[in-house]
Amino acid sequence: MLDDTDRRLLRQMLATPDAAGTALAERVGLSPAALSRRIDRLRDQGVIRGIHAEINWPAMGYAVEVSLRIALDKTEPRAFDEFQAAAREVPEVAEIQTFLGRVDVRLLILARDMAHYQTIYRDRILTLPHIADIEALMQVATVKSDQALPI
Amino acid sequence: MIDLDDTDRRILRALVADATQSAGAVGRALGLSQPATWRRINRMQDAGVLTGRRVEIDLEKAGFGVTVFLGVKLATKGRVSLEDFERAVSAIPEVQAVHHVLGLYDYRLRVVARDISDFERVLRRRIMTLPGVGDVEANVLLSEERLPGPIG
Repeated sequence: MLDDTDRRLLRQMLATPDAAGTALAERVGLSPAALSRRIDRLRDQGVIRGIHAEINWPAMGYAVEVSLRIALDKTEPRAFDEFQAAAREVPEVAEIQTFLGRVDVRLLILARDMAHYQTIYRDRILTLPHIADIEALMQVATVKSDQALPI
Repeated sequence: MIDLDDTDRRILRALVADATQSAGAVGRALGLSQPATWRRINRMQDAGVLTGRRVEIDLEKAGFGVTVFLGVKLATKGRVSLEDFERAVSAIPEVQAVHHVLGLYDYRLRVVARDISDFERVLRRRIMTLPGVGDVEANVLLSEERLPGPIG
């Protein structure tokens, strides 16, 4: 249902999300009006779900990022729903993913420093419902994080 | 570090929800004039708090039915250069993100594929052939939500 122009447009939007409308229109080979019509259509179809501002957390004083890999107690049928609902209430949780595999849920935690992380972990994470096991991966560096897709 | 007041934080929340709003529209919703809103946005951009935009695509509708998070352990640390591994893994188009991590694994990768058999191709031909790659753990993404984070 995506045509070649849609694909070209999505590729360009992902590669340079900050590009101004006119520059984008030129690169995709559309008039500005046709471009905005197409973007509106892709939004209506739900292909583009949103365009969000990105916050640079270190500049906000949040220097620590920890990825928590969590296994849930699956004997509890409502474990996923209840865990996710409670995790959403923790402001320092920036991402929640659920998986099929050894890990059930991953949380991305943002903290000011290690002491702050320790507090969040003890007071807000360990108290979440239905946790069977937790492993932590501390993010040292982001090697690649472009939004590009091989469209 | 920049000091933000409640109005700044409300502006941040509005822009994280939808970055395409004009300063005027954001301001109107908060009872702020367009120039005042614009000045605050500008100040947050100068301080490096607001760095850019993220376009959120429905991966399935764009033809990527499968997203997998891979935990990768390097096999022979010391003998492979991290730079070689990082350069090679970053060049794979299906690899969207590479994070160097401390803990059970050395790297966390986010990989997209059209379907499971396409993922198998990427895993076998691209990932398993990377220099120094050892243990690989795969978890298939079922759902994902991004939250605004501790804006305050």
